Amino acid sequence: MENKYDVIILGGGPAGLTAGIYLSRSDINTVILNEGITGGQMSLTHKIANYPGSPDVSGYMLSRTMQKQAESFGCKVLSNVKISDYDFMGDEKKIKTERRGTFISKAVIIASGGKSRELKVPGEKEFAGKGISYCATCDGGFFRDKEIIVVGGGNSALEEAVALTQYASKITVVHEFDYFQAHKKAVEEAKNHPKIEFILNSTISAFYGSMSLEKAVVKNLKTGQEYDMKIDGVFIFIGYVPQTKPFKSILSLNKRDEIIVNENMMTNIPGIFAAGDCTAKRYRQITTAVSDGTIAALNVIEYIQNQL
Amino acid sequence: MTLDTNLDHISSEAQYYEILEKNENVMICCGRMGPMCVPVFAEMEDLREEYPHIKFYDMLFDLPDAKVIRNLPECAGFMGLPFTVYYKNGKVVKATSSIQSRDQITEILNEQFS
Repeated sequence: MENKYDVIILGGGPAGLTAGIYLSRSDINTVILNEGITGGQMSLTHKIANYPGSPDVSGYMLSRTMQKQAESFGCKVLSNVKISDYDFMGDEKKIKTERRGTFISKAVIIASGGKSRELKVPGEKEFAGKGISYCATCDGGFFRDKEIIVVGGGNSALEEAVALTQYASKITVVHEFDYFQAHKKAVEEAKNHPKIEFILNSTISAFYGSMSLEKAVVKNLKTGQEYDMKIDGVFIFIGYVPQTKPFKSILSLNKRDEIIVNENMMTNIPGIFAAGDCTAKRYRQITTAVSDGTIAALNVIEYIQNQL
Repeated sequence: MTLDTNLDHISSEAQYYEILEKNENVMICCGRMGPMCVPVFAEMEDLREEYPHIKFYDMLFDLPDAKVIRNLPECAGFMGLPFTVYYKNGKVVKATSSIQSRDQITEILNEQFS
């Protein structure tokens, strides 16, 4: 089965959905192939305080709104698509999927985003869903009046720590440095919250329990000293890794496996563009992903017109 | 109250027991329309064609009657949505907590219901 489009967008996060909105609105026949669900990492955020025009919107709702907006202009959005092969050479770009046939287009925008970084320590996989979580919105309610740890020191970690205070009786933020990467306001809000405490220069080296998580081993990174901490739950927000593994042998990536693009979001292959968290850049925000998606879409339109 | 999916929904305790009594192989995903649950619902929708001998259902986690799943001994210690439970002849044969990939789900389906 062949599915022909003008543009294929890989990924349905804010970058991909924005590109879908711009392209479809310009009557460019566009499909978004999403290996996960719409929204990407954005959908895991409990409350987004800094998205212009939508104060305190949930990540999940913003994702749904962006998808509806893209679909209203005719963009097709397919979720849970399993991609088996990419052929980016030549004028026709081909993407083979496991159950939906081959998709062919004139141009491709890769907006594959990132996925939550794991600690990769003993017990982490075993207790995922049994005390360890990567989504405060989804699982916060299970920790009512319980003591939990939040791992991380960026915006997500500190904002979600504050959000989790509505459930947990006590939150300990464990962070590997003695300073935070989060913006000043998030740091102040967390530091001033009576339910939140901090353990700095430290990480978690193992998790233990039986039916569910019971204990985390905290390691001081300066002294090497380890000690047990009795705990009911742990939320891990230590950043993201770019989802670019399938493109390693095809596209130019940097040492962090991020796709290298120019100011027009073009990769090293003609007709292949990239946008959002999978690209090499300094700031990773929903707003910057939206910006990337816009730039990629507008340049794709020009690229297609030049091909005629 | 039901979930916004294309799956068949379970909305009461009575319906739950009736389904388990009438069907040999059943998979029920109990969750919300959240980022950890939606991918599991979507996989189940896709898997219906591939596994016609299995009945796939969802149930809204917040329904009072969803206690039949929330309180299962096999779900003790679960602290991540969704709770997904697999039944053979009315008995629980497997239960998982939190998001599961297609491969993880099909591994269980093949192991328990082949």
